[in-house]
Amino acid sequence: MSDPLYAQQSDFWYRFAQDKLAVSGGLIVISLFMLSFLAPYISPCDPTAIDARHVLTAPSTKHLFGTDDLGRDVLSRVLMGAGISLKVGFFAVGISVLIGVLLGSIAGYYGKFIDMVIMRFVDTMLCIPSFFLIITLIALFEPSIWIIMIVIGATSWMGVARLIRAEFLSLKQREFVLAARAAGAGDLRIIFMHILPNALAPVLVYATLGIASAILIESALSFLGIGVQPPTPSWGNILTAGKDNIEIAWWLSLFPGLAILITVLGYNLLGEGIRDSLDPRLR
Amino acid sequence: MKHAYARAQAISQIVLACLLLLLPGITAFAGAAGQVAEDSADPAHGDAFIDSSIGDASTLIPILASDSASHSVAGLIYNGLVKYDKDLNLIGDLAESWEILDKGLTIRFHLRKNVFWHDGQPFTSRDVLFTYRIMCDPKTPTAYADPFLQVKDARALDDFTFQVHYEKPFAPALESWGLSVLPEHLLKGKDIVKSPLSRHPVGTGPYIFQSWESGAKITLQANPRYFEGRPCIDRYVYRVIPDSATMFLELKSGTIDRMGLTPMQYTRQTDTPYFRQYFKKYCYLSFSYTYLGYNLKNPLFKDSRVRQAISCAIDKQELIDVVHMGLGQIATGPYKPGTWVYNPEVKKYPFNHHQARELLSKAGWEDHDGDGVIDRDGTPFQFTILTNIGNNERAKCAEIIQYRLAQVGIRVKIRIIEWASFINQFINQRRFEAVILGWTIPQDPDLYDIWYSGKTKPEELNFISYSNAEVDGLLIKARNTFDQNERRKYYFRIQEILAEEQPCTFLYVPDALPVISSRFHGIEPAPIGIDYNFIKWYVPKREQKYVP
Amino acid sequence: MLHYLFKRIMAMIPMLIGITMISFAIIHIAPGSPADLLIQMNPKASPDAKARLRAYYGLDKPLPVQYYYWLKRIAVLDFGFSFSPDGRKVADKIFERMPVTVTLNVLSLLLIMAVALPLGILSSMYQHSFLDKCSTVFVFLGFAWPSFWLALLLMMLFGVKLGWLPISGLTSLNHDTLSLLGMAADYARHLLLPVLVSAFGGLAGMSRYVRSSMLEVIRQDYIITARAKGLEERSIIYRHALRNALLPIITLLGLSVPGLIGGSVIFETIFSIPGMGQLFWASAMSRDYPLIMGMLVIGSGLTLMGNLIADLSYALADPRIRVK
Repeated sequence: MSDPLYAQQSDFWYRFAQDKLAVSGGLIVISLFMLSFLAPYISPCDPTAIDARHVLTAPSTKHLFGTDDLGRDVLSRVLMGAGISLKVGFFAVGISVLIGVLLGSIAGYYGKFIDMVIMRFVDTMLCIPSFFLIITLIALFEPSIWIIMIVIGATSWMGVARLIRAEFLSLKQREFVLAARAAGAGDLRIIFMHILPNALAPVLVYATLGIASAILIESALSFLGIGVQPPTPSWGNILTAGKDNIEIAWWLSLFPGLAILITVLGYNLLGEGIRDSLDPRLR
Repeated sequence: MKHAYARAQAISQIVLACLLLLLPGITAFAGAAGQVAEDSADPAHGDAFIDSSIGDASTLIPILASDSASHSVAGLIYNGLVKYDKDLNLIGDLAESWEILDKGLTIRFHLRKNVFWHDGQPFTSRDVLFTYRIMCDPKTPTAYADPFLQVKDARALDDFTFQVHYEKPFAPALESWGLSVLPEHLLKGKDIVKSPLSRHPVGTGPYIFQSWESGAKITLQANPRYFEGRPCIDRYVYRVIPDSATMFLELKSGTIDRMGLTPMQYTRQTDTPYFRQYFKKYCYLSFSYTYLGYNLKNPLFKDSRVRQAISCAIDKQELIDVVHMGLGQIATGPYKPGTWVYNPEVKKYPFNHHQARELLSKAGWEDHDGDGVIDRDGTPFQFTILTNIGNNERAKCAEIIQYRLAQVGIRVKIRIIEWASFINQFINQRRFEAVILGWTIPQDPDLYDIWYSGKTKPEELNFISYSNAEVDGLLIKARNTFDQNERRKYYFRIQEILAEEQPCTFLYVPDALPVISSRFHGIEPAPIGIDYNFIKWYVPKREQKYVP
Repeated sequence: MLHYLFKRIMAMIPMLIGITMISFAIIHIAPGSPADLLIQMNPKASPDAKARLRAYYGLDKPLPVQYYYWLKRIAVLDFGFSFSPDGRKVADKIFERMPVTVTLNVLSLLLIMAVALPLGILSSMYQHSFLDKCSTVFVFLGFAWPSFWLALLLMMLFGVKLGWLPISGLTSLNHDTLSLLGMAADYARHLLLPVLVSAFGGLAGMSRYVRSSMLEVIRQDYIITARAKGLEERSIIYRHALRNALLPIITLLGLSVPGLIGGSVIFETIFSIPGMGQLFWASAMSRDYPLIMGMLVIGSGLTLMGNLIADLSYALADPRIRVK
């Protein structure tokens, strides 16, 4: 009873390495990680230090990315913001994957009535404009970073649930599952030890793309004024501050904007690359 | 004048209207039917004036509205009995004159004759009486009823004479009749909340309502029969542009004629030859101040030394310099510098960290455990500042204050909350530690609602729970006194006490920064602002842009 | 076909109920009840008025009963009255805003199709080519570019610098005086940027889907057979592959409706377009509960409509479903 998971792996890496776009996406993502972890050590200034005499100064050797409307160093804020934006992305996706995996595997494994109820729920959620839901929930509670992550997660799990369910439907008839069941394994054990690990690959793709969307959603919320709240810098709220001064302080919108652009692009290329490499038919 | 009404009354009566939402971009425009212009320059008729706002009006029945957008538009459609002139004196509007009888207890208004509602019906004292009754009706959901509840008796003596009688002297009485008068013949016996007038108003004012595209624009037409003469500008369009950056681009491309500039736009983005040629900027002290209010029920802020220390730890000039680009003045109390009631000789709190720390340590707050945050009996000094979404200036102030207070060892958190829940769940229920908000400064200095110790119930305006017996007494004496010199004495003393006690830290009075297309002539800045003579603004024939 | 239509509509009913349940639940997990909020906003509401409100919302009843009352009312499109001072009917407020938003989104969908189809097909035909890579980066760039930033940049370029297009809004001031043709041109000029920005953002999903769908179909046996028969490559792609690859895209179109409606909050705010997005944002910020609930239900209803139309078109295009 060899799990199909392991056989795939070496092929996967080979194919992935062939795809230049995917590799560059991966590199972007990795360097972002390093930047966000190193941010506290390499930030030239305190990202919250206000300087009344240097409001909106252009990039210079002292402030490589210039200063914002409170005289704070934009480079330090963008670096700090990297961590915050990634945190939002990761937690939101974590939550959505958690919900999606749970509901999807229950639906796929048990089938029948439970499946029908859960899938109807999924279809219904897919019908409601999720941005409306997000705005409503944040307006009803408060725009704290935790609420934002939870709300984004709670409105974006439907894709995962569908993917997992589909995988379960096909995997639960496979021989290694039947073998496990014959060996006396319980439902939980089969779900989590045998089927789930094999069903996770497409979720990885979904999660990668999900992080990108979550970062974009946060920036849209910041534009509306209900994103991550000051003084915590997020790329979204730096960009929003830049928006109002776009004609006199290009640096204040360009750098956080580019940060979002490159990051989201990176995650998307990476996600696509993983998808292509997982699915040999597409090669 | 509705302008005065919106500002002055809104202020003293209700939370929603009072915690003035000074949104950047909202031009606090309230149309004023100007007085008769002194110069008789050729006021060419024609053209259109495109105003802008970040929010749509909610209803055009002004007594039901608590947002500045609604008051701005309604101000051009309705009139009150009295209004403020450019030098802040009360003059007649729908009232031609008035007599003060019984040592001020009775006011008898002589109304203008030959005034017509926009639908052609004549205006009479019955309309005034009707409006007064609507205001006093408990079923009317209005925020501005209070001064009318002080009236003991109101009656229409004849078609053009209206008389009100008060039990006690009530200084703000005359001003309160700046209230927009509503048409009796369209509202009588109907539920005002469901009235079609809220979407299709009919008033007596200089502009006649024409159309309203929800969320996009409201269009008004000049009233050719207006009793002060037909306004020069034929059309008034109120455009809704929700994003402030978009609004500025619209201005630059010439598709709107007026907006309220942000301080940053005023100082750094409008200094080009193009801009100087096509626009005129104005800058004058606004009738509002921004403050950091403390919940005085909270043990943290019980000690006045702590509040004084915070006032010392905040560099108010820095707030003005950074947040308002230097365009504003330090506030020392609840009045506008330069007005008759303003007391310049009160205790001030210059920025001084050393003194702040000293005051704090006298109150027992010191950094005992060396973590950078001062503490007393093991609890660190930390609190949350709340302010509302949609006001960049306040959010920036909060960030600077947070930064400055950290330097004296106070840890501050910031929460920015949307307006409705801010008022309902935090202010009204007193669930806050400190807030950054603004009050408008009324023309009449009566601040009974804000500082009187009995006005602390939920939904009342003394939400910081300030209580001082001497201030209470002075407030009542002052509102029951007509003599200005005597009133001034009381208000001077009140300002001294407030400055000493610092129930809130008065931060600054910002400048209003309207910008108007330079094709409009006849704008004459005055103590009240620029809007007072809107009907006399005109565009010379050759410069007219929107020709039908 | 009629039978199929009937089946599809019946299948929508549980979804509709689900939507109303979620909308109802969301408002009721918020602290404080809707009527309490209205009363708070109006301290002078008399006990009489409060009682009437309570009765109207059935607040003295348990939640399921309240839900049932609400459901009964919205079944006839009665969403109640807005809490805002104008007190208008929620349905009126929403329906006057709907045409703009729907038009904008339909136009944007059409533009997405017009660009994404050729782009996706070319990408799949020349897989791994430079063209494929360029189009990949291009569509993802559109997805990754924060839309309000892009919108602002374009407004600065075309509106202020070049002066070719109006900056925001839906009509010019002199719109009413224009001829019919002039009016159409005026709308077009105002809608160009919003549609462009919105479509650029939605390009990625569609074109990537077309690409992978095509790649999959090309590897199917019948295409290989066709190739083996020696058919021309053009005819293979256009006559055989395309048709089968494009069918699932119709479904995708239906599914993209909620995203577009949600996204209209941003577009309508930055471009000052008086549509549903702006209305929703305003209602959420002022906690206008009846309006929020109405918008959630109607917004989702639009998606259901989109899905239904997609399903029907699918059925029309695919004989296998039609016959069943």
